Amino acid sequence: MNEQDLRKMVEQLVEQMISKEPSVVGSDVTISTTPAASTVKAASNETKTTTIDPNGCIPDITKIDIKKQFLVEHAKDKEGYLAMKAKTPARLGVGKAGARYKTITMLRVRADHAAAQDAVFNDVSEEFIKKNNFVFVKTLCKDKDEYLTRPDLGRRFGPEELEIIKKTCGNNPKVLLVVGDGLSSSAIEANVENAIPAIKQGLQMHGITVPDILFVKYARVGAMDAIGEVTGADVICMLVGERPGLVTAESMSAYIAYKPKHGLPEAKRTVISNIHKGGTTAVEAGAHAAELIKTMLDKKASGIDLK
Amino acid sequence: MILKTQLFGHTYEFKSLKEVMAKANEEKSGDKLAGLAAESAEERVAAKVVLANVTLEDLRNNPAVPYEMDEVTRIIQDDVNEKIYNEFKHMTVAEFREWILDEKTTGADIRRASRGITSEIVAAVAKLMSNMDLIYGASKIRITAHCNTTIGEPGTLSSRLQPNHPTDDPDGIMASLLEGLTYGAGDALLGLNPVDDSTESVVRVLKRFEEIKQKFKIPTQTCVLAHVTTQMDAIRKGAPTDLIFQSIAGSEKGNEAFGFNAATIEEARQLVLSEGTAEGPNVMYFETGQGSELSSEAHHDTDQVTMEARCYGFAKRFQPFIVNTVVGFIGPEYLYDGRQVSRAGLEDHFMGKLTGISMGCDACYTNHMKADQNSIEDLSVLLTTAGCNYFMGIPHGDDVMLNYQTTGYHETAALREMFGLTAIKPFHEWLVKMGFVDERGRLTEKAGDASILF
Repeated sequence: MNEQDLRKMVEQLVEQMISKEPSVVGSDVTISTTPAASTVKAASNETKTTTIDPNGCIPDITKIDIKKQFLVEHAKDKEGYLAMKAKTPARLGVGKAGARYKTITMLRVRADHAAAQDAVFNDVSEEFIKKNNFVFVKTLCKDKDEYLTRPDLGRRFGPEELEIIKKTCGNNPKVLLVVGDGLSSSAIEANVENAIPAIKQGLQMHGITVPDILFVKYARVGAMDAIGEVTGADVICMLVGERPGLVTAESMSAYIAYKPKHGLPEAKRTVISNIHKGGTTAVEAGAHAAELIKTMLDKKASGIDLK
Repeated sequence: MILKTQLFGHTYEFKSLKEVMAKANEEKSGDKLAGLAAESAEERVAAKVVLANVTLEDLRNNPAVPYEMDEVTRIIQDDVNEKIYNEFKHMTVAEFREWILDEKTTGADIRRASRGITSEIVAAVAKLMSNMDLIYGASKIRITAHCNTTIGEPGTLSSRLQPNHPTDDPDGIMASLLEGLTYGAGDALLGLNPVDDSTESVVRVLKRFEEIKQKFKIPTQTCVLAHVTTQMDAIRKGAPTDLIFQSIAGSEKGNEAFGFNAATIEEARQLVLSEGTAEGPNVMYFETGQGSELSSEAHHDTDQVTMEARCYGFAKRFQPFIVNTVVGFIGPEYLYDGRQVSRAGLEDHFMGKLTGISMGCDACYTNHMKADQNSIEDLSVLLTTAGCNYFMGIPHGDDVMLNYQTTGYHETAALREMFGLTAIKPFHEWLVKMGFVDERGRLTEKAGDASILF
């Protein structure tokens, strides 16, 4: 049987199936095969004429200001609704398709979630670490999965890594700056290049310099305790990526502690959180961190002990 | 009690019933983190085989935390009806599983059995259930409770309207609240998670809730989910509240970490019964979630399914109106991905019902977990099949205060339509009167337009 015979046979079978269908569905339903066949033909004609517009581009849906987007059809009071919507970042006034979401809002939620997932599951790039002259170390986690499921391992280092840390930071440094990827690589890449110069500049005004900066891969906040333990640093300031929300995937925190050691109670860390374009800017946060570091050195305390 | 079996000729011997219980669990990252999980797929099945042959009596006699040490254990053990227990105690877990699934066993039979078993028994039988077993078993059991309205009646599916706001702005909260109502959300509860846990703030929000409830004559209940002691303070200062909320754990130590004990809860219950605004008798609202005990080092080397079952045993003492597991909130170190969240959601719902409490589910996930909106839509369909009492309702499923994703207003509406369900009867009638749904409970063109309520 050649290809042509085969095609003919399939066509016959399909025709038989279509002609049988009405009796299967029920006698009150009649299905005419002719329009269906012509539809298929029309569709295939269309396919032939499809052209791709090389200059076209669908607008970026993430540029839409959600607070001003309004999709309720025939709303009783659109102006009042928008005024109300302005009071909250919640995704209101989205309308519906049946009891489901409209396509545009459904896609926007997926896009915002995709940014959050990429921030968590992608690594801070090697180029970024190199460009900033960070000294690379890694916690005991062997991969991202282990990092996410074993917070205990993200606070500790192997002996070789501890040697690198000691060599980089020296004995009893006054202040250490550390960068940890945490739960958002995007937050690190978006903020540290602005935050670090601001911290350094603030510290210089008090005559304080810092040794080379460590970059810790698979870092939990508690990794700073292990670094404190092995170096005997007076104050450590660790910049770390926060768990992303849908509003932004680029939020970073600065955790600062006086003489951090294993078992340091969380309340003894001072935190500047929400560092991103729409929150506290990296430069502002950096200047604030420098002042906090100075206060901690003077008062020999951090966290609730500062109050 | 035998703690040894062979599988494919290999001998598996366990040191204790506690070890069998932990290793019989389906795979969860939290049990691994605790160092309690089975080390291989075969060992997991071996533990299930051993557990299948354990009697309910052995389970009762080996609570996860000793009676003398822990008030949660004492509450669970003291509330057992000894007569009913004696009817069941010689059954093995395998036999008890088949009794629950048997077509001759009715929902009423299971509700009666609930009074004669402990949380360890509840957990054990869940460990021998497949996902469909959990759905099939749970679908037989209807648990109703009454605050101002009755939740859990056949033919209904409810929703807690959760109008959270990043700064508790009263107008922002109202915006989410009004829109949610038009989608039919809020028959279980209008309930806010506050940012500010101060009494003043709680009083302010509760008063706004009461105003809206009175203005539109909405048959439902209200609550602000601050710490239990803050809510008590708010009631004493005259705040109108129908329900008192608290997150709970499966051990006394876990509850201490949350800042309360059983006496606090009973005091709160008596207070809201005498000075709250609800009809009652069910005036408590609890939230739980697998892994919370481990996170406060209060798990006593017990697996997270067993500790979760103990939350329900504790909750039952206080005759709650609603209890829900916040199943995917805790993060991937306890529930790794969508699959583990789904399994936990089905386990928790089944265990809650087998315990005899009115169960809902916050089907949710955080952004550092391998899950997405599809995962929780799947779970909400499965749980509706299982006869879950309620889900959360949040604008587009995105909680802008707690920074996680859960079910939206649209989800409960779609589930009701697909399964032929409505909101709680008086609330459904209110929705029909307002024109937001038709007689069958399907959304109308007016649904989603909050400006109708301005």
